[in-house]
Amino acid sequence: MSTARLWRENPSRYNLAASKCGVCGKVFFPPRNVCSTCHRKSIGKMEQLLLSGEGEVYSYSVVHEAPSQFEMLKPYVLAMVRMDEGVMLTSQLIDVDPKEVDIGMRVKTTLRKVGEDGPAGVIYYGYKFTPNP
Amino acid sequence: MQVGIVSYGAYVPHYRITPQEIGRVWGTDGELMSKNLLIFSKSVPSPDEDVITISVEAARAMMKRTKVDPRLIGALYVGSESHPYAVKPTGTIVCEAIRTSPNITVADYEFACKAGTAAIQTCMGLVGSGMVKYGVAIGADTSQGAPGDPLEYSASAGGAAYLIGSEEMIATLNHTFSYTTDTPDFWRREGQPYPSHGGRFTGEPAYFKHVQAAGKGLMNLAKTKPTDYAYAVFHQPNGKFPARVAKMLGFTDKQIEVGLLTPQIGNTYSGAVPLGLAAILDVAKPGERIFVVAYGSGAGADGFDITVTDNISNYDRKAAPSVKELLEKKRMIDYATYAKFRGKIRMQEGEVS
Ligand SMILES: [Zn+2]
Repeated sequence: MSTARLWRENPSRYNLAASKCGVCGKVFFPPRNVCSTCHRKSIGKMEQLLLSGEGEVYSYSVVHEAPSQFEMLKPYVLAMVRMDEGVMLTSQLIDVDPKEVDIGMRVKTTLRKVGEDGPAGVIYYGYKFTPNP
Repeated sequence: MQVGIVSYGAYVPHYRITPQEIGRVWGTDGELMSKNLLIFSKSVPSPDEDVITISVEAARAMMKRTKVDPRLIGALYVGSESHPYAVKPTGTIVCEAIRTSPNITVADYEFACKAGTAAIQTCMGLVGSGMVKYGVAIGADTSQGAPGDPLEYSASAGGAAYLIGSEEMIATLNHTFSYTTDTPDFWRREGQPYPSHGGRFTGEPAYFKHVQAAGKGLMNLAKTKPTDYAYAVFHQPNGKFPARVAKMLGFTDKQIEVGLLTPQIGNTYSGAVPLGLAAILDVAKPGERIFVVAYGSGAGADGFDITVTDNISNYDRKAAPSVKELLEKKRMIDYATYAKFRGKIRMQEGEVS
């Protein structure tokens, strides 16, 4: 992924900037300019919304064969999380023993390193999930 | 204009390793090391944590406790000796993450372990002169000692953030006093992964001389004596130095107890005094006075005379985790995991997909 594209996505990666349809109320993440249900009716009516960062585990898997940049973290948990606003986000679930993860577990987002373009390249930061006691 | 602390936030990574475990790997007496340094465990950052993520965690905790609009913050400084980038300020990412306005002055600071308190002093000046309404000062580090070096038993990770302003202060910053000389007790050259230190040179002519000079100067300036203070916090490279310097200056073990975190989390460098002060603010009551002296190798010391105000009673401390809660939320790891986490094993580098 290009540095420029990752940079444009910073508001969503750092602060969970989403969009909400002003007609039907549906929330989109990443944000969209047009609602997938209301189509043309939603044009000009999409509002920016910051997700609260809280949600619950919808599904998860434990990754043992990681891409090289996640080598140091394995085994790690990749979770699909239903946010309290209704949208689904997928990211790593960290600071947890894979054995302790459960469907329905409450989690919240935190900012972590999500990758880098090698030792001399840009470091990318984004949201990951941690248990929300 | 009276300037003070409007809000604060802290962060300590969850992982811990004991000196006994480090000693087991290097064939040294970890038990004795633990006793000599008075360190029972130290914090270890996860591979996806660095000074930027720690600063963001601390700054977000700080913002959760206050209703101050982040767009009113006019300055942000991050003090650290382990900024992830040599060129590209940590503060730029922190600003974006706490949603300040782009109309803000930002810089990264470096002065060994006292870069965070230098940032507080800068914010005091900017707020006091009316140049900015609010300033943010952060001290954070993810310091490393070379494998097998005595520093490996203490160098750890953590940080705290302070919102400095002149309204609804939970504590006033009454006075600050610094003492700085050219003393080569500890250094790291550009491009070197681990620091070097002057061995025995680190004690008397460095830490003790500077902390005492700043401490005495501060009490002269504030016209105070040790008994005026409910709490005192000193830079804590190990568990013993702060207790010794406290005694030299006339403070008791009881006064430094709450702010002394190194025995549990190790030396968090630029995070050390900011975290110790956060632990005190977690429990302090209106009217209580706090004595603070940070120390940075190279060498210098910054002292602060602080008074807790009535506002702390209505301040939403519970909106973010206390230092005590951060210390209790821990996971012990072995040396193999530690070496993997801290990049002490070299791997082929990957690409972002
Ligand atoms: Zn719609």
